[in-house]
Amino acid sequence: MAAEQEIIVSVRNLYKNFHRGSEEVEVLKGLSLDIPRGEFLALMGPSGSGKSTLLNLIGGLDRPSRGSIVVAGQRIDRLSDAELAAWRARSVGFIFQMYNLLPVLTAERNVELPLLLTRLSRSERKRRSRLALKLVGLGDRMKHYPRQLSGGQEQRVGIARAIVTDPMLLLCDEPTGDLDRKSGTEILDLLSRLNREHGKTIIMVTHDPQAAARASRTLHFDKGALLVESAA
Amino acid sequence: MKYLNLIWRNVWRKKTRAIFTLASIVMAFLLFGLLNAVRQAFEGGVELAGVDRLVMTNKVSLIQPLPFAYQERIRKVPGVAAVTNASWFGGYYQNEKNFFAQFPVDPEGYLQMYPEIVLPPEQKLAWLTDREGAIIGRATANQFGFKVGQRIPILGSPWRRIDGKTAWEFNIVGIYDGTSKGTDTTSLLFRYDYFDEARAARKGDVGWYIIRVKDPDRAAAVARDIDACFANSSAESKTSTERAFAQGFVNQMGNIGAIVQAISAAVFFIILLVTANTFAQSVRERTNEIAVLKTLGYTPGRILLLVLAESFFVAGLGAFLGLMLALGLTIGLGPAVARFFPIFYIPGQALIDGAAIALGLGLFAGTFPAIAAMRLPIAAALRRV
Repeated sequence: MAAEQEIIVSVRNLYKNFHRGSEEVEVLKGLSLDIPRGEFLALMGPSGSGKSTLLNLIGGLDRPSRGSIVVAGQRIDRLSDAELAAWRARSVGFIFQMYNLLPVLTAERNVELPLLLTRLSRSERKRRSRLALKLVGLGDRMKHYPRQLSGGQEQRVGIARAIVTDPMLLLCDEPTGDLDRKSGTEILDLLSRLNREHGKTIIMVTHDPQAAARASRTLHFDKGALLVESAA
Repeated sequence: MKYLNLIWRNVWRKKTRAIFTLASIVMAFLLFGLLNAVRQAFEGGVELAGVDRLVMTNKVSLIQPLPFAYQERIRKVPGVAAVTNASWFGGYYQNEKNFFAQFPVDPEGYLQMYPEIVLPPEQKLAWLTDREGAIIGRATANQFGFKVGQRIPILGSPWRRIDGKTAWEFNIVGIYDGTSKGTDTTSLLFRYDYFDEARAARKGDVGWYIIRVKDPDRAAAVARDIDACFANSSAESKTSTERAFAQGFVNQMGNIGAIVQAISAAVFFIILLVTANTFAQSVRERTNEIAVLKTLGYTPGRILLLVLAESFFVAGLGAFLGLMLALGLTIGLGPAVARFFPIFYIPGQALIDGAAIALGLGLFAGTFPAIAAMRLPIAAALRRV
């Protein structure tokens, strides 16, 4: 990692505990980590190793038990719920394993959802939604509902929704986990392109070594701690 | 407005459930509207009763007559501004199904006593010059197609004619309207002098007197003075304000307002439970979607408002459709029920109350699911998938 590279995510001494009944489970144990701007980082490890928890914490979906998270100079673990929501809206795009599209909305309307939080006019929202869908190769599926799309197409809509606000950070939780090999490869191609051509910093949780191979760096987790780091 | 599509789509995501929920709300507000029209039919007369008018009946009962000679004595009581009389005729047109009220009255005095009766001057003149003339309310005229100049028979009255005939014939010389929507325009009014001359029995009697007082604040005292005039006579009187007189009629049927309120409250309580349960279920089914919206940056407050907006939308739409349906039905059914309810419409206050109830319904049905959605922890909700 070049010393002069700007660090976009800085995690220090991060702990996360969950309560299961009366039992307290420590999922992350004093994790520290730096992620440079423009990196494509893969997080691997067995279930329960803490990789998705880390992703949620970096994305401001959950709060750490201890430690600090700084994203682009902002200490996000100190933000209020409303501030954190506003920060997520402008800074992070999320891509889920199960796509998580709203079934009652068309592809275009799904992609428009994050833009409803902005002051953009209706025509501008429409223009940007269509642009994002064209970018992921779904310019001809705008009026389709999720049930009318294949899994790969649904995930592309999910990616379009994640990038429509032009966030600096893309957080992907097993984005190919529910797809066949061909569709998975297409999605990984798309993510690589977003990283390479559009400079998006991507953090991807995956169980798939072939998916992780697309990343510039892979971190291996086990029992809430960083085991090993490997570069592509 | 930009969230309207999202709200609309969420409302209709399960069409059958949405339609049944909406239908139940529509039915509740339809019932509310119709019950209020019935309440208005009973109590409208009370509301419209003149504050400066008294009604004097026989102390024994309303159906016992009073001597016509009382009229001049009443006029002399201090505080009385005007006095007129009316009697119950009790006939029907053609057959018993075609019933509407008929009253022999003193035309000049009666029209002065009831300025809410609007009659064109030429028709009033025609009534004053034609002893067999009668004026009829617009509602009944429209119902039976009566026209000015027509001669109509009224049958079945207990009042027999001196010539032995049972049918009384009248010339329609005027059709009157009301100054307000609540004015009864179903009655036929004809001349007392003709009636008294032509009837076979009980000449010189009237059914009741209507008295205008100079000062409404002294109405009770004037009523006492009037009754004192006829104390210990063969026909003692009972005088009360027109409002109390009308309320007395309504009370014979029970407390209509309380009955309407009780039924409405029961119906809305059930609808509230049904709607709240349906709505809570609908939001529970969308736990993951709400978590996704929060992930995208929707604040807890915005989520609360979005869920509440759905609830208000369903309650508001149901209320609007229900009340519009009730309005349409009262207009459509008006002529058919005029025989029983001469004043049959939904008062404006009921529409305002309906809107307030819709707001309350939306608020109560949506609040708990909206708070639950607002508090939903994102990471935990996404893990549930």
